[in-house]
Amino acid sequence: MTLIATQSLTKTYGNQVTALSDLTVTVEPGIVGLVGANGAGKSTFIKIMLGLLGPSGGQARVLGLDPTVDGHEVRTRVGYMPEHDCLPPDLSAAEFVTHMGRMSGLPRTTARERASETLRHVGLYEERYRQIGGYSTGMKQRVKLAQALVHDPDLLLLDEPTNGLDPAGRDAMLALIERIGTEFGISVLVCSHLLGEVERICDALVAIEGGRLLRSAQLSDMTTVTEVLSIEVSEGTEELAARLTEAGLSVRAEGQLLLVPLVDDTTYDLILTAVAELDLPLHRLDQRRHRVAELFATEPTEPTEPAEPAEPADLADAGTTTGGLQ
Amino acid sequence: MTTLDAQPAARPTGVIHDIGYQRYSGPRLGRRHIVGALFLHGLRAAFGLGRTAKAKIFPWLVVGVVGVVAVVLTAVRAQTGEVVLRYAEFPEVLTILIIFFCAIVAPELASRDLHSGVMPLYFARPLHRADYALARLASLVCATFLLLAGPITVMFVGAAFTVGEVGLVWDEFGSYLGALAYVVVHAVVFGAVALLISSLIRRRAIAAGAIVGAFMLTTPVVVVLTLMPNATANQLAGLASPVSLVSGLGDWVFESTGEAGIGGYGPLYAIVAVALVTGCVLLLLARYRKVASK
Repeated sequence: MTLIATQSLTKTYGNQVTALSDLTVTVEPGIVGLVGANGAGKSTFIKIMLGLLGPSGGQARVLGLDPTVDGHEVRTRVGYMPEHDCLPPDLSAAEFVTHMGRMSGLPRTTARERASETLRHVGLYEERYRQIGGYSTGMKQRVKLAQALVHDPDLLLLDEPTNGLDPAGRDAMLALIERIGTEFGISVLVCSHLLGEVERICDALVAIEGGRLLRSAQLSDMTTVTEVLSIEVSEGTEELAARLTEAGLSVRAEGQLLLVPLVDDTTYDLILTAVAELDLPLHRLDQRRHRVAELFATEPTEPTEPAEPAEPADLADAGTTTGGLQ
Repeated sequence: MTTLDAQPAARPTGVIHDIGYQRYSGPRLGRRHIVGALFLHGLRAAFGLGRTAKAKIFPWLVVGVVGVVAVVLTAVRAQTGEVVLRYAEFPEVLTILIIFFCAIVAPELASRDLHSGVMPLYFARPLHRADYALARLASLVCATFLLLAGPITVMFVGAAFTVGEVGLVWDEFGSYLGALAYVVVHAVVFGAVALLISSLIRRRAIAAGAIVGAFMLTTPVVVVLTLMPNATANQLAGLASPVSLVSGLGDWVFESTGEAGIGGYGPLYAIVAVALVTGCVLLLLARYRKVASK
């Protein structure tokens, strides 16, 4: 089943402001990143998905339903975590999430059970009986996530879930979202203005800019071909780069890091040998996905897809992968 | 979850198993139930139930004062047989307490949600924005009704044991029911005005002040109009304030003769009251339409 499908979706406020413009995108279930700068139209997109805003033009379907017609049904099956602060300070997390569960149509006892279950899953235990006003930002974000999850939705819409978190908190939140998407079996749409953040956990990415679709791509396809090893040594970076190039690897420098495409296991051996022979202090050697930013930025050499008429002309750099472009 | 396929039975007893996330396949109640739950939640919140001790102080202070008044009146009647205050006069005498109660509860129901930014969470749920506004109004009206109906019931029960004769008890019952209807009018008018005001103001304290102000500051206008040397102006003076509007209605219904201060304008008072409530509700719905679109 298609998770979200839009067809020439357009939203204008008044006469002047265009939030979304001719957006056509298809998203399959999984963890989907919706990336764009502030004001790119991410929040408007979410509100249309929830049926809270009517589109000025075009169509949208969420979980196979039209949110403008069946908004009620859509909102029963979708959980929404807003970007801004949305928690009453003088309630405990347990009470608040229970109430929100009831507001989604859960019977009283079920709401209470599911509230404490959900709070446990997001990592709040005994603290859940304390007033939310005394929580740290990280705990508040977890409560916000829990209230979106309490009624067991089929789709979670998360608007900037890592906002205001420190690096450790970000990692924890992203790990949690990844668990929701994989273990819990709930599809997630994560909005973020930080591409580097969501690319780590997403199966697919949708990038929008100024209300237009920049690119939509399935990440699982590209990771197999674009896995890279990043190497960090505290000195002798140039020497190592030269040595690796000699060994037949295509080395690219990125700041203090050297990036080497991972061909097979021998790549590791080559690198380790080179480091050992040069007697360099190796800081880090890890495998990572190709930075999606590069995929979005660089012009691919050969388009593997025929250009689609719906695609904006200036963005007709069809992906190296099977895109979600309609 | 990995522990799902590991057989829990094979593990040592006394271990809490993390059985992982459970999907929910049970019933999901419809919109009617959700609105009902919100109404009940609001009604409990009005009296600070399920809230901190601090949230209980003010509503229960008002309830206490109203209750004491009722108990004293009942006791006086039981001892001396003298009716100090008729049932229908009870809400009029305690108007100031009703205003305080609305000023305490309405911001608790409306301003609090606006201030904490929780509204998008409601609107992202099956609840319709009009459902939210009307459920909140129903909670406030019902709480105000209970505030007055409880003590009046105490007075009636006390009186029923005092008068002794069955026929007189029926008379009492009739005026008791009339008073309850009058209490409903009070609750609806005061509740609609108070909730509208607090839905416009995000800070609770300011909203409470504005509600008291709206009811109190219109009183001098009424006083000035009643002092005018013009009988019509005097009789229409009550329309200038929700408080005197409601008491004017009471005069029309409960004062049988023309001695009441509103002359023959009773129906006009009724129309204005209905128009006031309707206007407040429409503005309230418009207000939440705006809140939802943000």
